[in-house]
Amino acid sequence: MRIAKDLMAASATPIVLAILSEGESYGYAILKRVHQLSGGELAWTDGMLYPLLHRLARLGLASAAWRSPDGRRRRYYVLTDRGRRALEEHRRQWDLVSGVLRGAWHQARSLPAPGMP
Amino acid sequence: MDIDTQIAEWRTYLTSRREVVTPDVDELESHLRDQVDTLRAVGLDDDEAFLVAVKRLGGIDELTREFAREHSDRLWKQLVATPDSEAAEAGSWMMLGWAVLAAVVVQIPRLVQPDLDAAGSFYLRNAALLVLPVVAGYFAWKRRVPPRRLVVPASAFVAGAVLANAYPYVRFGSTEVLTGIHLTIVLWLVFGTVYLGGQWRVRRMDFVRFTGEWFIYYVLIALGGGVLTVLTIEVFAAIGVQVESFVFNWVLPSGAAGAVLVAGWLVEAKQAVIENMAPVLTKVFTPLFVAMFLASVGAMIWTGHGIDQSRDVLILFDVLLVVVLGLLLYSISARDPLAEPAVSDVLQVVLVVAALVIDVLALVAILGRITDMGFTANRTAGLGLNLVLLVNLAWSAWLSIGFLRGHRPFGDLERWQTAYLPVYLIWAILVVAVLPPVFGFS
Repeated sequence: MRIAKDLMAASATPIVLAILSEGESYGYAILKRVHQLSGGELAWTDGMLYPLLHRLARLGLASAAWRSPDGRRRRYYVLTDRGRRALEEHRRQWDLVSGVLRGAWHQARSLPAPGMP
Repeated sequence: MDIDTQIAEWRTYLTSRREVVTPDVDELESHLRDQVDTLRAVGLDDDEAFLVAVKRLGGIDELTREFAREHSDRLWKQLVATPDSEAAEAGSWMMLGWAVLAAVVVQIPRLVQPDLDAAGSFYLRNAALLVLPVVAGYFAWKRRVPPRRLVVPASAFVAGAVLANAYPYVRFGSTEVLTGIHLTIVLWLVFGTVYLGGQWRVRRMDFVRFTGEWFIYYVLIALGGGVLTVLTIEVFAAIGVQVESFVFNWVLPSGAAGAVLVAGWLVEAKQAVIENMAPVLTKVFTPLFVAMFLASVGAMIWTGHGIDQSRDVLILFDVLLVVVLGLLLYSISARDPLAEPAVSDVLQVVLVVAALVIDVLALVAILGRITDMGFTANRTAGLGLNLVLLVNLAWSAWLSIGFLRGHRPFGDLERWQTAYLPVYLIWAILVVAVLPPVFGFS
């Protein structure tokens, strides 16, 4: 499915924070997890994840460290306490927005669904 | 071509972009290799796997743009780079024109009023007022700063000129000397707003870095100029011509003014040179200052002597603390905020804590002097400076220890330092505007 650019940009940070809250991870693994969680529907351009991760590190939401547990050097990112609080905040906001959308769509159910005559 | 060669070529291509640095490329390479492995596992051959993996990373242009947006400090590097050598040459001629302008402007007061002494009290108050507007003009011209953004800096220069020349200072009194020093600080920060093209809020750290690099170049030029001056005087003395007063009245002031511009131009034109030199200098001098501080604190404990209350000693310690702050600010501006804590960061914390101890001791000595002999302009300025530095150092120490223990990102320390810059501005304005009338312009 094609997702609007603005929505993609707005959801990227909470998605990455949520994946990091499952445990430390690195860029490629995070992308695989996004792929898995969205059933392959959410396709990011791979490289764009890295500036986002750097921003999280700069703001102190995640801390980064180089390690090579299986021989390949990777930069691992771990969620910090500040990152956990930011994730909570994102979650409250997204819950509110998606609740409003669900409610509004429930009201509109009597109308013909999009695409139907 | 095997996969390693292909990746090596891709690396070279990516590294040539100024927006990405080696650790970024390392990170992207490990991603690329993971992706290639996955693709090979589902049956693609090496070439296909490499092509698909590179394609999925995204176009190099969009990718580097995204990196540049996150790392705006690198974007700045890219902006000042002039790839066109012809344009660079034209730029250096224009810079020379501005440098000559500064050299001439400095002499105008003496051309109008020939009895002004180059080392006199007029120049003590007005040197910065004559030079820095020209420097600001050069950068405003170079950056094409819109004129409406120059209104505030220009008014600040005018206000400074009025204040420095309307107050009835006692000749070479302490308030006049204090005004000379602090007005220079105020005007340097005003020039900073022009240097950043009016975007004072977002890129303050760039100006801090510029200041440090400018200082290094200026010292180098001054050393060369000093050698040249001595040789000139000696050579003419050998011929039997006395040029001393000509050199000291005309050549030195104009040369010093022009060098401000040349140093500023060098910082930007020779960015790559200074980037190699400056981190090395901070790495060399941070441990040396740490050693010196620890030794002096140790000596104080050993002998039981606190800081002597005499005036010169207190000034010495103020200068020392300012140098340490400069070193701290500069090493923060030159550091990669994403890098993990290293030995140099531990040393930096030791430096800050040692400076904090020295600052408290100096503060005690100044307070002792004030209770014994009352307030004077110098003591008030010293007390204020020590308090301003104490607050900065204490909070810096707290933040850097938090960073070392992994509680906070390095960015916090950087943000604190840039947020603190206006405090220096306000304090310097107070010294220039309020202190002289309070102490009767003595």
